[in-house]
Amino acid sequence: MMVQAEALTNGAAVGCTMRLTEPLSLWGGTDDSGRIVDPHHPQYGAVLVGRVLLMESGRGSSSSSSVLAEQIRSGAAPAAIVLARADGILVLGAIVAAELYGLAVPILVVEPQRHADIPGDLVVRVRASSSGGTITW
Amino acid sequence: MSRTQLILTADEARMLHGADGDGVALAMRVLVGLSRALGASRLVEITSAHVDSCLYHGKVSLDFANRLVELGGSVRVPTTLNVGSMDLLHPGLVRTKTDTEREVALKGRQLMSAYLALGCQATWTCAPYQLPGRPALGEHIAWAESNAIVFANSVLGARTDRYGDFLDICAAITGRAPFSGLQTDEARRGTAVFDCGALGRDFLQTELAYPLLGHYVGSVAGAENPVLVGIPTDVSEDRLKAFGAAAASSGGVAMFHVVGVTPEAATLEHALQGRPPQSTREVGREVLRATRAELSTFSSGRLDAVSVGTPHASYAECELLADLLREGPPIHRDVAFYLSTGRATLAQAEQSGVLRILESAGVTVVVDTCTYVTSILAPGLKNVMTNSAKWAHYAPGNINVDVVLGSVHECVASARLGHVALDNSLFVEGPP
Repeated sequence: MMVQAEALTNGAAVGCTMRLTEPLSLWGGTDDSGRIVDPHHPQYGAVLVGRVLLMESGRGSSSSSSVLAEQIRSGAAPAAIVLARADGILVLGAIVAAELYGLAVPILVVEPQRHADIPGDLVVRVRASSSGGTITW
Repeated sequence: MSRTQLILTADEARMLHGADGDGVALAMRVLVGLSRALGASRLVEITSAHVDSCLYHGKVSLDFANRLVELGGSVRVPTTLNVGSMDLLHPGLVRTKTDTEREVALKGRQLMSAYLALGCQATWTCAPYQLPGRPALGEHIAWAESNAIVFANSVLGARTDRYGDFLDICAAITGRAPFSGLQTDEARRGTAVFDCGALGRDFLQTELAYPLLGHYVGSVAGAENPVLVGIPTDVSEDRLKAFGAAAASSGGVAMFHVVGVTPEAATLEHALQGRPPQSTREVGREVLRATRAELSTFSSGRLDAVSVGTPHASYAECELLADLLREGPPIHRDVAFYLSTGRATLAQAEQSGVLRILESAGVTVVVDTCTYVTSILAPGLKNVMTNSAKWAHYAPGNINVDVVLGSVHECVASARLGHVALDNSLFVEGPP
């Protein structure tokens, strides 16, 4: 199976998907080790490190750019992020991490209906470049 | 999937390819990357920037600023700086007892220096609109920090979108921002109407009305643009500041209209750009009484500290506090009283004698940073009162305190007694 996507940042990754049932603010919502620490989030306690994160949209503080960049630097970030709506805050974090450390975390947007079709807890391959993106499994 | 093509001018393309140096090229790559992701068709020239990224969030904050400095980056528009992690004028106020506190104090100070090296102004305030030379109606700017964004868009009528960390300084270095979001006419249309007429003129003359109204409206409106109807036309900028900061914290509000007051809302139709609203609600006092309860994690008993001035207190607010404290009983010896303000306002208060009155009454004045973003309150201080809905929203999570929201009058009365004294008669429904 393959889903076409829009690529917000470039990169490639292979990882197991994790679907968040609600949007998450990385600032205040995750810690240095990539764990969800927002007690109001239904997936409180889950660890996002190395996962292909399926989340409809980001939420909350504009400092989430710094938090994502810091997690990418330290190896505590998701392997890729697949959204249903573009999010400039997350994009900034990934762009800066790529500039500073040469570490690429692809961020993609898939239209909402197809986004819901991507399976959770399954290993997928993500590719994103200036010509577009794909998620295959 | 199709995507809007980003078209750069010849100058912008040259900047991207390094004609103005590697620092500009790096800033341009970040800007172009974001603009493409947002689907912007072009960039827009800006006249000023306000940088929020000078607050320390870990190694990446410092690495990014230092990289721009090493590459010879320098701002090309007037650029003010938001609060940092240190009070540079009173460094002893920031605690350095733990390893984390020492790291934040040291790296936070290095980060603040790096931004000065990029040519930003040492304003260190979250209320840059209190400084001279603020942007005018219709000016395109790149301001970060949620309360500064909402004030610039709504009260000044300048245009900035909600920008995340890193974009602010890249905009300052290139003089450009993505032409998208609130930079465009369409996104500035009011969509969610809140009729405040039933609150009554007396209630709407009180200070407490505005942080409560802001928190409520933000939590209902989310990322919509609220339009307030029925607000007295002589409402002060400080009250609009309190409203906007609260609405930006509880929701994602980056622009609001007050009919008859803010520059893009001469009439309701003007604010709505001639189209029908998506929703209309009436606001009554009961919902604001409930909002105070929701924002407070305690409501009576012992008080350890008071913190006012988030966003930074204006000179008028410093003067009001000095007037309340000039005479009358002293602040209780077990209550610490903090006022946060910008260093420019501090200088004005020093010159006029207002600072002397505040300090002799026992008020500790904090500048360059804020009491909820760094370690200032002593560890034993648990029960804190504030007149800021933004402080009340963030402080329990950020610095592990309990909080109660009150007007500055209630803050002073409670600080004198050493325990919380709220005036709930305010919320009794009266004739409008």
